[in-house]
Amino acid sequence: MKPTPIKQYTKEELAQSGQHFGEQVLFEVHKKIYPRITNGWFSKWRWILVWFTQLIFYGTVWLNWNDRQAVLFDLTSRKFYIFGLVIWPQDFIYLTVLLVISALSLFLFTTVAGRLFCGYACPQTVYTEIFMWVERKVEGDRNARIRLDNGALSPRKIALKFAKHSIWIGIALWTGFTFVGYFTPIHHLFSEILVWALGPWETFWIFFYGFATYGNAGWMREQVCKYMCPYARFQSAMFDKDTLTVTYNAARGEPRGSRSKHADYKADGLGACIDCGVCVQVCPTGIDIRNGLQYECTGCTACIDGCNDIMDKMGYEPGLIGYNTEHAMESGYTKAQMWKRVFRPRTLIYTGVLCAIIIVTAVTLLNRVPLKVNVIRDRGMPRVTDTGAIDNVYKLQIMNAEEQKVTYDIEVSGIPGIQIANTHVVEILSATDRSVPIRVEIPAGSAEPGSNKIHFIVRDQSDAQVVVNEKAVFLVPR
Amino acid sequence: MADFFNEWWSIWISILVIISILGCALLLWSQTKITIPLDADGKPLTDGTTGHIWDGNLQEQNNPLPRWWMWLFYITVVFALVYLVLYPGLGSNQGKLGWSSAGAYDKEVKAGEAQYGPIFNKYLAMPIEEVAKQPEARAIGERLFLNTCSQCHGSDAMGSKGFPNLTDTDWLYGGAPETIELTIREGRHGVMPPMGAAIGTEDDVRNVANYVLSLSGAPHDPIRAALGKPKFVACAACHGPEGKGNQAIGSANLTDKIWLYGGDINTIMETINKGRNNTMPAHKNRLSDAKIHLLAAYVWSLSNVGGLEAIDKQSKK
Repeated sequence: MKPTPIKQYTKEELAQSGQHFGEQVLFEVHKKIYPRITNGWFSKWRWILVWFTQLIFYGTVWLNWNDRQAVLFDLTSRKFYIFGLVIWPQDFIYLTVLLVISALSLFLFTTVAGRLFCGYACPQTVYTEIFMWVERKVEGDRNARIRLDNGALSPRKIALKFAKHSIWIGIALWTGFTFVGYFTPIHHLFSEILVWALGPWETFWIFFYGFATYGNAGWMREQVCKYMCPYARFQSAMFDKDTLTVTYNAARGEPRGSRSKHADYKADGLGACIDCGVCVQVCPTGIDIRNGLQYECTGCTACIDGCNDIMDKMGYEPGLIGYNTEHAMESGYTKAQMWKRVFRPRTLIYTGVLCAIIIVTAVTLLNRVPLKVNVIRDRGMPRVTDTGAIDNVYKLQIMNAEEQKVTYDIEVSGIPGIQIANTHVVEILSATDRSVPIRVEIPAGSAEPGSNKIHFIVRDQSDAQVVVNEKAVFLVPR
Repeated sequence: MADFFNEWWSIWISILVIISILGCALLLWSQTKITIPLDADGKPLTDGTTGHIWDGNLQEQNNPLPRWWMWLFYITVVFALVYLVLYPGLGSNQGKLGWSSAGAYDKEVKAGEAQYGPIFNKYLAMPIEEVAKQPEARAIGERLFLNTCSQCHGSDAMGSKGFPNLTDTDWLYGGAPETIELTIREGRHGVMPPMGAAIGTEDDVRNVANYVLSLSGAPHDPIRAALGKPKFVACAACHGPEGKGNQAIGSANLTDKIWLYGGDINTIMETINKGRNNTMPAHKNRLSDAKIHLLAAYVWSLSNVGGLEAIDKQSKK
């Protein structure tokens, strides 16, 4: 009988199909994957990236800058401190720019070499890598782990599982603690933990982020990439025929088959693939790369290292599995020809746009004026004084984004004889804002009735570069 | 119950909600399993496709969701039911936890008071003049003033027509610190009755207005002022025989050049003819005692700038 599609069959169809029919659950049961260890050039690079990203993540939070934490996202007072920078809610545009830069970088890297981010820098990969390292140290490599899981419950099994999960939970909680340390000063947080005096939100987020780390890196692993991550599903929109992907060279490998090390396999009509299955055993998402590019492939390159190792042992040329492009496979390009095609219009345009945005952002950030001014005119009628002069009253909200006390001079211009009738020197404390009442006066008859444009100029007394020019309206009664 | 006309609507909505939630669970359960042909060994005899074919040869592969994802769906159903037991949501049921948005607000206010109360209460124990000397207290007072008082008195506290200037030394009810605090706490209601009929004709009113102008030395018609002087007796009951006003009842001093509604002859005649009625609202129910205390100190400091600047200079040395 022929295999049939998975669908709801009518009773008649089932009766016709034969004697046997039964129930099938439509949701797939999770099959645990036991990735085998790999050593090689790419594995080394992944570990370098793990160290690099995690030293930044776990380390930065402990650095100090002047009298405060160097990087602190203070949500309650709505100020983000990043080394010398103080970012206010009004600077939100920088977050947008950061996201645009991240997205464009992702487009560029994906176009050039597929899922580089997934394979080396994605937190899911990085923490899975760390957790798998712990797993290997405690339970052993692939075969030992399979044996342990299939074996009966024994004191040794309980001890190993207990040890593994304890270390995992320890790493996860430290990760949660570090994460929260970016939002509440970590030295203070640490002393709170020592005396067990955490606030409810701190407790929640440490445990929540810790649980997410433990769950995702310990249990979910490739399930996150396969079912939860949207990137796997839209990456194909960024691939083209010159994109470097992890590829099995079928022309060279097939027909696959086992053979003795010293046999002349070409004479036997075999390809270079000895069908040892290492590429499948090392794969953290459990696929066979020899079936071609699949959406599950995160570009982790474990199969490249695994296969090269075997090729080396067999005395064959390495690179049966390697970075290749569709064009190169089709047309038999040399490496040089393939690499040359990395520089194609698509990647050059991405690079150009990315560089332009980064340069513009850097210049804007360097020239950023650490001062913001909002002008709010008092509602109600303008005041006419005894001498016929006209008063308008404004509230100037002045935000000092510098981390020191600053004295500002306020000037006003736009109408002949216009002047500030009360104070025009204002002192604002470090990284705070203050609303300052300002009374602006013009002599009788110096402006037309109705609304007149004026300008407030707020200037740092000690630094002429720090200046903001803000438009406002001066009302003259009819 | 206030949200519904009667109890029936609440029950109706509860039934709909529960049926919808259970319906979701039922739909999920009914779509979990199918019956398919098996091979001789009892294994599913499938080709891995859903049987859908487009454009003649484009087959849809079966790509099933993982089993844990299915359990997530069931967890949402359980979550919804637990939520409806604990929190308001099922008709007019208030939920076992007794949570309400108004209650959450009250709790936040209480937390805020616990946090900031000590800062405010520190100043409540000090005399107003002392509070006014503290730069931090004046900064708090300024923010309170900009939030609460500036809408009428202006951000610079100089007022406008009908709203007194708080930066000069002329006070309708008195400028002593405690009096200012009392004004903020209890409010003021200033009434000047229409006096046109009591004074006499329109001409008499113009004469009295000229006399009133003469009290502060403003330009006026001396003859009319002389004629108006005897008629001012009607005004003297409140403003005093010399027109100096009376802070006990809030009557204005007419001998200075400060006018709440305007000092030209027409405005003064309008005031005499029609009277004035003005209200400063009481703030005892809007602001805490401590905040009123700080505001009084700030307002008092506005008309005592010279003295305060001297204090500031001294403290800097």
